[in-house]
Amino acid sequence: MDIDHDTLVGFAKSWGLFYFIAFSVCVMIYAFWPSNRKKFDDAKRNILGKDDRPWQ
Amino acid sequence: MVQQLTSGERQNALVILLCIFVAGLAMAAAGGSDPLGMHGVIVMLFGAGLGALVMRSYYDRQPDPDRLSHYYDDPIKVGIALTLAWAVFGMFMGVWTAAQLAWPDLAFDAGWSTFGRLRPTHTTGVIFGFGGNALIATSFHVVQRTSRARLAGQVSPWFVLLGFNLFCVLAVTGYFMGVTQSKEYAEAEWYADLWLVVVWVTYFVLFLRTIARRKEPHIYVANWYYMAFIVVVAILHIVNNLALPISLGQAKSYTIWAGVQDSMVQWWYGHNAVAFFLTAGFLAMLYYYLPVRAQRPIFSYRLSILSFWGITFFYMWAGSHHLHYTALPHWVQNLGMTFSVMLLVPSWASAGNALLTLNGAWQKVRDDATLRFIFVAAVFYGLSTFEGSFMAIRPVNALSHYTDWTVGHVHAGALGWVAFITFGSIYTLVPSLWKRERMYSPALVEVHFWLAVAGTLIYVFSMWNSGILQGLMWRTYTQEGTLAYSFLDSLVAMYPYYIARAFGGLLFLLGAIVAAYNIWMTVRAVPVAAARQADVPDTGLAPGAAATPAE
Repeated sequence: MDIDHDTLVGFAKSWGLFYFIAFSVCVMIYAFWPSNRKKFDDAKRNILGKDDRPWQ
Repeated sequence: MVQQLTSGERQNALVILLCIFVAGLAMAAAGGSDPLGMHGVIVMLFGAGLGALVMRSYYDRQPDPDRLSHYYDDPIKVGIALTLAWAVFGMFMGVWTAAQLAWPDLAFDAGWSTFGRLRPTHTTGVIFGFGGNALIATSFHVVQRTSRARLAGQVSPWFVLLGFNLFCVLAVTGYFMGVTQSKEYAEAEWYADLWLVVVWVTYFVLFLRTIARRKEPHIYVANWYYMAFIVVVAILHIVNNLALPISLGQAKSYTIWAGVQDSMVQWWYGHNAVAFFLTAGFLAMLYYYLPVRAQRPIFSYRLSILSFWGITFFYMWAGSHHLHYTALPHWVQNLGMTFSVMLLVPSWASAGNALLTLNGAWQKVRDDATLRFIFVAAVFYGLSTFEGSFMAIRPVNALSHYTDWTVGHVHAGALGWVAFITFGSIYTLVPSLWKRERMYSPALVEVHFWLAVAGTLIYVFSMWNSGILQGLMWRTYTQEGTLAYSFLDSLVAMYPYYIARAFGGLLFLLGAIVAAYNIWMTVRAVPVAAARQADVPDTGLAPGAAATPAE
C-alpha cells in the first residue's frame, strides 16, 4: 500500500477528529462521575494538612 | 549532603562520579583542541570536584536510620540555591544582550561576546538554568508532600539535579566557544543532549517510583502536570535532537531532519518546550503553592482535570503556527492556528481557577506580597495565553512575526507568568523547607515584587510598541508601490524602545538579586521556629513504638 501525503491528510482530518471527541468525552465522564466527587474533594483539601512527615 | 547517605550509597555515588570522570577523560582525549576537548575537561572537573566532596565526608558517621521517616529535603535546598544562581546569571546575560541591541559597542569587539553567542546563554540560563532547577526542586517538594512519601531514592535525586546542571554548564560554556546546533532552545550539541537523556530518564523513573510509594490514594493534579512535563520533554528532546556528529572527536553534528520537516520538528519542539517546560510544570506549582499559601483549596478540582487534559492534548498540535507563510503545507498551518485558538479554553480555565480560588481572600493578596506574586502570575498567564492564541492567527501573525511583538509576548509569559509563579513558590517554600517562622525581610519581598512588576510592565510595553511599529513600517508602501521604509529606518526607530527594554530587564534582575539576598539571609539569620519542626505523624502505633520505613 502506498502511503502518500493525501492519505495522511485524510487520516488526520477524519480519525484525528473522532479520536479527540472520544477522548474529551472520556475525560468529561471521569471528571463528572458522581462517585469521584468525594475523591476529588478529599484531594483538594488534603494538601492543606499541617504535618510535615511522610505517612507510614 | 553526604552525611545523609549510607556508606553503600556513598560508594555508589563515587562509582557514578568515576564513570563521569572517565567519560570526560575520553571526551578530552578524543576532542583535543576541538571544543569537545574543552568540554571533556569541564566534565572531568565536575566528576573530580564532586568526588572530592563525597570522599571528604566518606568516613563520617552513618545517617540516622530514622531519616527514612522524614522527607528528603537536601536536594531541594541545593536546587533552590542553584535556581537563584542561574536566575542572576541568566537575567544578567539578558540585560547585557538587551543593552547590546541599543549600544552595539558593548560586544567589546570580541568573538565570544557577540550578540549571537550571548543570546543563547540568556535563553538557556533562564529557561533551563533558572526554570529547570526551579521545576526539579519544586517537583521533589510537591511530589513528596502530596504523596505523603519520601523520594524513592537517595543518590538519584542528586544525580538528576547535579546532572541537569552539568548539562546547563556544557550548553552555556559551549555557546561562548561558538558551539551550537542552531536550533532555538536546543542549541546544545549531541554529547550534551545524550547526557541529558540519561539524566531525564532517571528523573522520570525517580518521579514514577515516588508516586508508586504514595500513601495518599489519589494522585494530586500538580503531580499530573509534573509528570506531563517530564514525559513530554523527554520525547521532544529526543526527537528534535536526532543528529549525527561529524566524528566522535568533534562537537559539530548535523540533524537527521531536512528542509521543512526540520523546521516542523524544531517548532513542534520549540512550542511544546513553551507548553511543557514553561507551562505544565509551572501550572503544577500554581496548583500546589497557591492553595497552600492562601490556605484555601483550589476553586474547582474538576476544572483542573479538564484543563489538564485540554492543555496536554491541544498544545501538541499548536507548534506549526511558528511557520505561517512558509513552505509548510497550508493545512498544517491551519491545524496549528486552530489548535492555538482552542488552547485559550484550557488556559483560561486554569487562570480562572486560580483567580476564583483567591476570590474571597483578597485581603490576603493585598497584605501578602508572596501571594501577590502568585496572583500576578495567574493574571499574566491569562493575558499571555490570550495574546498567544491571537498572534497564532495567520493575518495577525503577518504583522507580528519577526518583530519585537514576539519578544514582548515571550517575556509577558516568561517574566509575568513563569518567573512570578517561581518566586511566589520559592517564597512559600523557603521558610517551610528550612523550618523558619518567616522570611528574613518581608519588606524586601515587597521591594522585589514592585521591582518585578515595574520591570515586566516596562519591558512588555516597550516591546509591544516597538514590535507593532516595526511590523507597520515593514508593510507601508508609497504611492508608487515601493516600500516606504528601509530596514535601517525601522532599526533607528527601535532605539528608544531598546533602551526602555534594557531598563525594564535591569529592574527585574535587581529584583532577583534582592530575592537571592533575602533567601540567603533567611537561611543564615532567621532562627529555626519551634512550631515549624516536623509534627509527629500519626503512625497508628503506640507512643514509643519504632517507626518503620515506608515501603
